[in-house]
Amino acid sequence: MASTVGVIFSSLNEENIPELTKMRSVGSIPYGGRYRLVDFALSNMVNSGITTVGMITKNNYQSLMDHLGSGKYWDLARKEGGLILLPPYSGVSETLYKNRLEALKGATAFLKKAKEDFVVLADSDAVYKLDYSKVIEFHQQKNADITMIYHEHEVKKSHYYMTFDTDVEGRITGLEINPSSTGIKKNYINVMVARTSFLLRLIQNAIQHGYTSFGKDILSPGVNTLNMYGYKLDGYYANIDSLASYFKSNLDLLNKNIRTEIFGDRDVYTKVNDSAPAKFTSTAKVKNSLISDGCLIEGTVENCILFRGVKIGKGSVVKNCILLTEDIVGENCNLAYVVSDKDSVIRNNRVLAGCELQPYFINKGSLI
Amino acid sequence: MLRKKECVAMLLAGGQGSRLYALTSNIAKPAVAFGSKYRIIDFPLSNCINSGIDTVGVLTQYQPLVLNEYIGNGQPWDLDRTFGGVHILSPYEAKKDTSWYKGTANAIYQNIRFMKMYDPEYVLILSGDHIYKMDYDKMLEAHKETGADCTIACMEVPIKEASRFGILNTNSDGSIYEFEEKPSKPKSNLASMGIYIFTASKLFKYLELDEADPKSEKDFGKNVLPAMLEAGEKMYSYRFEGYWKDVGTIASLWEANMDLLGTVPNFELMDEDRVIYSRSPLAPPTFIEGEVVNSLIATGGEIEGKIINSVIGTNCVIEKGAVVKDCVLMGNSTVKSGAKLNYAIVDEDVTIGENAVVGAPRDEACKTESKTGGIAVLGRGITVGKNGKVPAGEIVDKNV
Repeated sequence: MASTVGVIFSSLNEENIPELTKMRSVGSIPYGGRYRLVDFALSNMVNSGITTVGMITKNNYQSLMDHLGSGKYWDLARKEGGLILLPPYSGVSETLYKNRLEALKGATAFLKKAKEDFVVLADSDAVYKLDYSKVIEFHQQKNADITMIYHEHEVKKSHYYMTFDTDVEGRITGLEINPSSTGIKKNYINVMVARTSFLLRLIQNAIQHGYTSFGKDILSPGVNTLNMYGYKLDGYYANIDSLASYFKSNLDLLNKNIRTEIFGDRDVYTKVNDSAPAKFTSTAKVKNSLISDGCLIEGTVENCILFRGVKIGKGSVVKNCILLTEDIVGENCNLAYVVSDKDSVIRNNRVLAGCELQPYFINKGSLI
Repeated sequence: MLRKKECVAMLLAGGQGSRLYALTSNIAKPAVAFGSKYRIIDFPLSNCINSGIDTVGVLTQYQPLVLNEYIGNGQPWDLDRTFGGVHILSPYEAKKDTSWYKGTANAIYQNIRFMKMYDPEYVLILSGDHIYKMDYDKMLEAHKETGADCTIACMEVPIKEASRFGILNTNSDGSIYEFEEKPSKPKSNLASMGIYIFTASKLFKYLELDEADPKSEKDFGKNVLPAMLEAGEKMYSYRFEGYWKDVGTIASLWEANMDLLGTVPNFELMDEDRVIYSRSPLAPPTFIEGEVVNSLIATGGEIEGKIINSVIGTNCVIEKGAVVKDCVLMGNSTVKSGAKLNYAIVDEDVTIGENAVVGAPRDEACKTESKTGGIAVLGRGITVGKNGKVPAGEIVDKNV
């Protein structure tokens, strides 16, 4: 692959899922039993041969830093390049960035220093598998200025989004922000590729003109003035943009095909912990669930994702739940459609239930 | 600044472990998988770091590939240090003589220069074939308190088993007046655990003396310890209470795995104060659809069959209709649909075909005459074909 540098926005779109981002950035939202969302964006890059990644952070990045450390678990603790945290206030700006463009401005010093020819920009609020070497190949082949990755699905109207059309060659013809029409469209997934020097020129230009929005001021008018192409992401894509979609996409992993697609033929890198293997006692009954290391199961578990160190007491029945790291469920509880953040304790005999579109949410460290 | 370490640990990991038969055909005993996600060597290594010892020499000789790969730079045990850390010490060629390690004492003798790099006051000698959690620092404190030249960790064993061990005969203050290596008629049931702390200068002295003695077998238990005792050096016992298991035989390895099961297991791995570290594989959480009762399962599994009283390693696939009972699966193994596994140890990378039958129910299998006490053993990388049969107590290291 042509030399490529990655940039990940770890803190954009937090407002979509306030429950899980109170104490953490989007990138460090726990997912799939042992991962954080950022692992998917990072692993896509690492598995494509990218060895320098800038991680743009915002105000609440302690949990993210704790997760990423030196980057060694992603093979990104390197003498040259590797994982580079780009904390706020490191650029010329004296205020916290408010949008993607301002966040990018903060990364200009990093990008200027980068020797790589190409740059991949990616958000960290989605789960998917993508080989960037193929995207870069496509980008070079089309002699594109910008290649935007899209996924075809029904548009969701809950928040800011972008769709576009392409001609047979893949060239983007019409780009819409928050269109009023519905149906299956080419949804931009906030992942794009450009030449590093070209992106720097775009940012410089935006500063000179006082632009405020990357989408509205650069991409949207760019359809007419730039060589913009769309690259289709095939296969599974889950955008974590609400508690309901968080719930759904976690449970998607119980589908063998999706699980195989996401984890099958490549590694998803993540921080390694030292939990003991999961233990099932003689009273355990488990069906259709993902169980992580350190779990102690004495009750009944069905259609659940249990993160590391979750304990389910005797006589408890837990169905359709996502229980995060170190959650403890006492004895004789009944839980359905519950998403419980880390370190919560649910005392004996509690009955808690939500529904698929509105899971019952338990805050980090709660005692119920 | 003075660069030194108070205590350096030397871990003897070169043994072949011939009584584990097929399990150690290609790997050294300390690298044998244990308890779903561990290898035996994780226990002494974790004990070291949990006891504040951050300099460990690992002496390898027999089939070191897996072991070397596994230990790597020591990062999983927090033993990647700028000064100290874990070091693999393999036999080397020297100007005067090339030499394989000829015995435990000779192995340590050949690495005196390694130890001296850290200018230690004390040297801790460990072996890589025991499952236990121990605070070596407490033992070191005891060693300093008694002013001993050598302290030997020991524990009481059933007297009928005592002749398998080095037996310590001690005075009431814990000092040792006699040391018997595997006596036929043991006078006490206080068994040496193969864990020694030496005052470094004494260790170096007696290793050199032992090396110069042509009649010596270059063994700690047989030669060095008796020689020190005879010379009147101060030798003390240190009593350890807690779980300790020599996993040198198929039966004891199976038992030690089973000791991890249950709400209150004989040996607790979920221990936040004494975490056992290991090189954790990158695998997603285990998917469970079938029935899992009283078992341990590591990550990466796809479990659709039935698992009872078993210890299942990383990345195991148990297909629908398969039944695994009273078994140890070490990892990366596939049990195809309809296969029945009973009372067996299955090494890594094994495939068991559809409707194959391995082993026999435990109460039956126990009665069969075999080297393993009825446990069926499948060696690394083999395949048991469709409808294949492996009888109870059989050791298999070729495809069936």
